[in-house]
Amino acid sequence: MTTFRLNGRDVTVDVPDDTPLLWVIRDEVGLTGTKFGCGIGMCGACTIHIGGRATRSCVTPVSAAEGADITTIEGIDPEGNHPVQQAWREIQVPQCGYCQSGQIMQAVSLLKDYPSPTDEEIDAVMAGSLCRCMTYIRIREAIKKAAANARGDASNG
Amino acid sequence: MGRLNRFRLGKDGRREQSTLSRRGFLVTSLGAGVMFGFARPASANQIFPLDKALPGDGAFEPTIWCSIAPDGEITVNIIRAEMGQHIGTALARIIADEMEADWSKVRINYVDTDPKWGLMVTGGSWSVWMTWDVFRQAGAATRTALVEEAARLLGTTPDKCTVANGIVTAGTKQISFGDIVAKGHPSHSFTPEEMAKLPLKPASERRLIGNAEIKALDIPAKTNGTAIYGIDVKVEGMVYARPKMPPTRYGSKVRSVDDTDAKKIKGYERYLIIEDPSEVVQGWVVVLAKTYSAAIRAADALKVEWTPGETIHTSEADIQDRGRELIKNKDGGVYIFNDDGVDQAFSGAHTVMEQEYTCASVLHYQLEPTNAVAFEKDGVYEIHAGNQWQSLILPTLAKALQVPESKVILRSYLLGGGFGRRLNGDYMIPAALASKALGGKPVKLILTRSDDMQFDSFRSPSVQRVRMAFDGSDRITGMDYQAAAGWPTGVMAEAFMEKGVDGKPYDQFAIAGGDHWYEVGAFRVRALRNDLAEKTFRPGWLRSVSPGWTSWGVECFLDEVAHRQKKDPAQFRLDLLTAQGRNKGEAPDSVGGALRQAAVVRRLMEKSNWGKTTLPKDTALGLATTAGQERGMPTWIGCVAQVHVDRSTGVVTCQKLTIVVDAGTVVDPDGAKAQTEGAALWGLSMVLFENTEIVNGLPVDRNLNTYTPLRIADTPEMDIEFLPSTEKPMGLGEPGTTVVGPAIGNAIFNAVGVRLRHMPVRPADVLRGLQGS
Repeated sequence: MTTFRLNGRDVTVDVPDDTPLLWVIRDEVGLTGTKFGCGIGMCGACTIHIGGRATRSCVTPVSAAEGADITTIEGIDPEGNHPVQQAWREIQVPQCGYCQSGQIMQAVSLLKDYPSPTDEEIDAVMAGSLCRCMTYIRIREAIKKAAANARGDASNG
Repeated sequence: MGRLNRFRLGKDGRREQSTLSRRGFLVTSLGAGVMFGFARPASANQIFPLDKALPGDGAFEPTIWCSIAPDGEITVNIIRAEMGQHIGTALARIIADEMEADWSKVRINYVDTDPKWGLMVTGGSWSVWMTWDVFRQAGAATRTALVEEAARLLGTTPDKCTVANGIVTAGTKQISFGDIVAKGHPSHSFTPEEMAKLPLKPASERRLIGNAEIKALDIPAKTNGTAIYGIDVKVEGMVYARPKMPPTRYGSKVRSVDDTDAKKIKGYERYLIIEDPSEVVQGWVVVLAKTYSAAIRAADALKVEWTPGETIHTSEADIQDRGRELIKNKDGGVYIFNDDGVDQAFSGAHTVMEQEYTCASVLHYQLEPTNAVAFEKDGVYEIHAGNQWQSLILPTLAKALQVPESKVILRSYLLGGGFGRRLNGDYMIPAALASKALGGKPVKLILTRSDDMQFDSFRSPSVQRVRMAFDGSDRITGMDYQAAAGWPTGVMAEAFMEKGVDGKPYDQFAIAGGDHWYEVGAFRVRALRNDLAEKTFRPGWLRSVSPGWTSWGVECFLDEVAHRQKKDPAQFRLDLLTAQGRNKGEAPDSVGGALRQAAVVRRLMEKSNWGKTTLPKDTALGLATTAGQERGMPTWIGCVAQVHVDRSTGVVTCQKLTIVVDAGTVVDPDGAKAQTEGAALWGLSMVLFENTEIVNGLPVDRNLNTYTPLRIADTPEMDIEFLPSTEKPMGLGEPGTTVVGPAIGNAIFNAVGVRLRHMPVRPADVLRGLQGS
């Protein structure tokens, strides 16, 4: 049995300790916003926050989540209106959308560390998040937009 | 009704929890009334915006394409797959604009298979082009029927009525579309002949088509985890499955299976040896388990011995050598053009230039691995999966399952990337056959990434031989273009092949682009079908299909000719884009012909300061231009790439892409830009970052540890412009891909004088060229 906090609620699951957290979240808990892409932690589609840090859930065993505070795309804002989500919609970032939960989770984490990120900082932190539709130009733009919105800087957009 | 069966996640959260509890999930501190994530109305998963549902009773359905409910809500039925193009929003604009609908009342409904929809395919950049006339006529029919009924309700005649934004006005009286349906009985139906004669709005009166303010209806769901892809499907009682893949795509036979170790995996249930009457899936074993992670591990632990197929030792080089052999042989192949005088042009030429260009295999790596859920209910097999060509796979599924086609239905979902991979629905077959073997029990089969890549239906490696004949004054007198590759359409959709000038069928998606719009005298284009490629793997359609690689040969070759003649490569092209003969174009699809391509090149020269820039050392611009995907549907496009070449490492950096497009009328300006951004970056990825190689009959790369598509840091500055046009809209999903590779190749030559004729460009090749120069 493993117990952790997920999107503000305590959950306990009874699965083998080495089960990747990704499948626990998707199939046991039933939150499917977190996606399966590569299974080896190299595409970023499965990115969630553990203790506020962006983490690849496909290579994280559930046992490592014991007692942890976990947030998924469904939990970053109750109405889906996190500044990053808003910017994503304003800039019309998603194409197929499959990687975008992971991109958004990574971007939320990025903005905590770099409230006014440069292109280089964006490229470095987002490097692990593959977008096969190649929405990269808009991801850069939306991260800057979200940063500007968070600063209340209306002119920078 | 079917939709209601689709999801365990119903409106009733308690039902969800009870189901989950049975699977070992315990909610230890239930916040009263707090839902996990978002409530998902079970009946509305493929309707956008997400908070909308299908119309209730009393809706007016003037055609199969749309309905207007008494509350004014308009539902537009979309038979194309949503895979990132926001196609529903684009198509709905066309019908809604012609109808004069209030856009805020429009919702889109991605439908399941039904014979009434006709050909269900999403590819070739066709969707807007194919739907343009149908949806404008349907919109006009709807408007006409609503105005007739409004006139009756308002006590006047249709000619006294005006209509705008969902309101019909006659003098001082008004009535909304919803009220027309609620209070009246609009019932006028139109024959196709009548529909075709209805007056359509002039371009100047369009307010949804070309409107840059409209947002894609599917995007909000893609920012909060509520968008449902095939891999998210849940059905009560389903078992998880992962295939165990044989060592060759074809001909492998299972000799023995030993599940001693698999049985040690908690959750493992059993394995099945798949026998597929359609012969698409050969030698697969499917592992079933209570969870997908157990299925992954059990498949790893399962020991299967196969007698492999005959291609167990085939390599990429073998396939390319076979292509060269086919080209060398004067017999065989299909002629797309074969003008009189080609042989005379070459035999009488003062000079002949000949080059070979090659392109490596490329994998789709659509981010959502292929998957499907299948089950049987009341004698009907339901297959739940994202797919691009339902009309193609449905008969194959029926054959595999040995049931009539009427007993198979495909339910539509969002696609976590298409790029042509999901035109081939082969991944549904093992799910369906596993379900059949279990008496119709729901099976959710997911390929892991390595499974997905091993049997991707990937872009065939190709060989192009390009020859040109010149007279004594260096005038072009003839051109002979030949290309050999595996033919996806030949393997998977033979009936869709076109006929050459010799009457023989050929795969237009394995030669298009070779048949360019330049004036080159007597012109021959011959397509060769690489049989060894087709024996080894299942060639696929990959974003931009053949123009993604034929352009590498044609556009690099033209640059070579221009340089040899000491002409500016852009001006050289303009001199050949004269729109004579077959290149003059025809209504409605290619009005203006090659002159429109010339206009694109001119604008590109202005925009990029062509010939006027002073760039740092080892940095230069290169240009390429194509007619997009097919001669019958040309999207005129050009690209100038700015690259820097590092002489010490051979690494090529793309600094900027400038792109000009004439796609006719642009229905969705922001979507058009997004598609062109993505398509162009695919082109960049394939020329500088990604390719695979067939080793021992299979692509050698199985995940991102060795397969390296373009990432954010590799993304250059981009400047994209669409030329204004009111001509019929052409496609935009792929043309951007076609121009980038050769623009980069040509820029590398301009930067450091190295001519590269193999795609992708690898640093080692650049270094070798630098040492040779």
